[in-house]
Amino acid sequence: MHIEIRDSVDGRSVVAGGRWTVDNVAALEKAVGRAASAAPGAVSIDTSTLETLDLTGAWLLRSLEKRVEAAGGQVSWPAGRPGQLAFIDEAVTRRQTEPEEDEFSRSIITLPLRTVGRLTLDARDTLLDHIAMFGAVITVIASAILHPRRLRFPSVVRHVFETGVTAIPIVALIAFLISVIVAYIGAQQLRQFGGEIFVVDLVTVSVLRELGVLLTAIIVAGRSGSAFAAEIGVMKLNDEVDALRAIGMDPVEVLVVPRVLGLVIALPLLTVVADGMGLAGGALLSWSLVDITFTQYVERVNEAIADTTFWVGIVKAPVFAALIALVGTMRGMQVRGSSRELGRLTTVAVVQSIFLVILFDAIFAVLFMELDI
Amino acid sequence: MEPVISVRGIVNRFGHQVVHDGVDLDVMPGEVFGIVGGSGSGKSVLLRTMLGLQVPVAGSVDIDGKRVTSASRRELLEVKRRYGVTFQHGALFTALTVAQNVELPLAEYYDASPVTLRELAELKIRMVGLPLDAADKYPAQLSGGMTKRAALARALALDPVLLFLDEPTSGLDPISAAAFDRLVLYLQQNLKLTVVMITHDLDTIFRTCNRVGVIVDKRMICGTLDEIVRHEHPWIREYFHGERSRAIRERQ
Repeated sequence: MHIEIRDSVDGRSVVAGGRWTVDNVAALEKAVGRAASAAPGAVSIDTSTLETLDLTGAWLLRSLEKRVEAAGGQVSWPAGRPGQLAFIDEAVTRRQTEPEEDEFSRSIITLPLRTVGRLTLDARDTLLDHIAMFGAVITVIASAILHPRRLRFPSVVRHVFETGVTAIPIVALIAFLISVIVAYIGAQQLRQFGGEIFVVDLVTVSVLRELGVLLTAIIVAGRSGSAFAAEIGVMKLNDEVDALRAIGMDPVEVLVVPRVLGLVIALPLLTVVADGMGLAGGALLSWSLVDITFTQYVERVNEAIADTTFWVGIVKAPVFAALIALVGTMRGMQVRGSSRELGRLTTVAVVQSIFLVILFDAIFAVLFMELDI
Repeated sequence: MEPVISVRGIVNRFGHQVVHDGVDLDVMPGEVFGIVGGSGSGKSVLLRTMLGLQVPVAGSVDIDGKRVTSASRRELLEVKRRYGVTFQHGALFTALTVAQNVELPLAEYYDASPVTLRELAELKIRMVGLPLDAADKYPAQLSGGMTKRAALARALALDPVLLFLDEPTSGLDPISAAAFDRLVLYLQQNLKLTVVMITHDLDTIFRTCNRVGVIVDKRMICGTLDEIVRHEHPWIREYFHGERSRAIRERQ
């Protein structure tokens, strides 16, 4: 592509030649800018040496014409006005009238006000959605007492397998490693007082009461909370949820309840696995760091725990499971329209369920303290 | 005249299932070529093969004299800039507005200023008959007909000479479908495009296509519309001489 700009007393003559195509758009754009800048009254655009002109080139030639005319100049085409320009004229004049934007929504002064309002409404909607989802799940479960078929047992089993059984390796590994870390640091600190034997108490109580269930819940929130949100979100995008409704099946009953029940069953079982692996890790470290034999370790564990220690941990698991499953499925249901929404809501599901798990763990801690357990 | 697309002996297989067994086909410049075939006959697979998205087991595809089936990544990219595609369900990027969808290929390849990008995108959007306020809408906010038009605008972003349309009028009411056919013809004539379309819509075939290729028995039978309508093959007879098609031909 090449362009020549010559100014004379008669006005400016622009010779456009070569390939005016999308491949040269960046160079053409600059050339047109030069040709249009400070244009005198009359501009002639000579296109006789033009080899190829595609729509992008034609649009740029036309924008040169328009800019000269906007500045009050006259454009002449010695070699004729290329046909593509007429085509663009036609396409552009077919334009439809644009609706006027609402005055209120455009004003920048009201922006903070509108933002606060929107956020407030969003927060209210989130809260209402949570309550509505919880209510819908309870309704289905309650009605299932009369019609057990509504619980969709095969589906529940599948979710127990997917969220529980397949999570065993990672949960076991992490529980083992965490108890090793606790035992290791504990042994180092306690050695200063000559109380190495209390490493066993430290590991046992912390794993059974807190770490076992909390870590398991956090892993499951990351694994299954995101999976729930993504699965249901994609179904929403594919209109599968609407299809279910159209067939007359309740999406809460078909999609949400089996996931909630599945996780409520799976998470306590996973917690038992985590507790066992945690104690095993403690046993290994006690033996290698402070020379406590396995028999001594078991005796010490029995002395360290009260009757309730194990149950205090395990009782939290179903609650955490319900939180994770409800948040994940609800966020999935909220996906609308775009793939970006899907990603955003999956992230929200994981972050929110981890936050809720830790919040409820704190509430439980206070509760158990008050109850003296 | 050299064909724009030349397909020779394409074989596609998935496991033991043979989809194509020696498909030949030529598309001449300036043609509107319709590909017809029963459901599951491998129309979309053929399209994907022509686009270079799927490597066939055997055979070759040439576009503009360049061999798509054995091209390097760079060469393939060069070919891809010469064609535009619309997919069956639009395949607009849902996270981007319509204008951003149209700008995306331009912005990816060329170094134009944001103003020019936006202007070119708006031109393409108006060209396909969408109102300008559709430019800042997201795909989820568009109706079915508007989605098809927006997909066409994106396909035209790089000023292609070759346009592939996968079921361009499926899911549209007859009036919108007719309007879309007219739009395709209008653009094809004014922009001197070669169009290859997959379609089930007999109305669309009779309205727009110069030549038709039918996939039957894992091969392709090509010919002008008249030749194909008179063809002896039982499936083609059934397709073009069923009740529906008789009514359409009488009307036209």
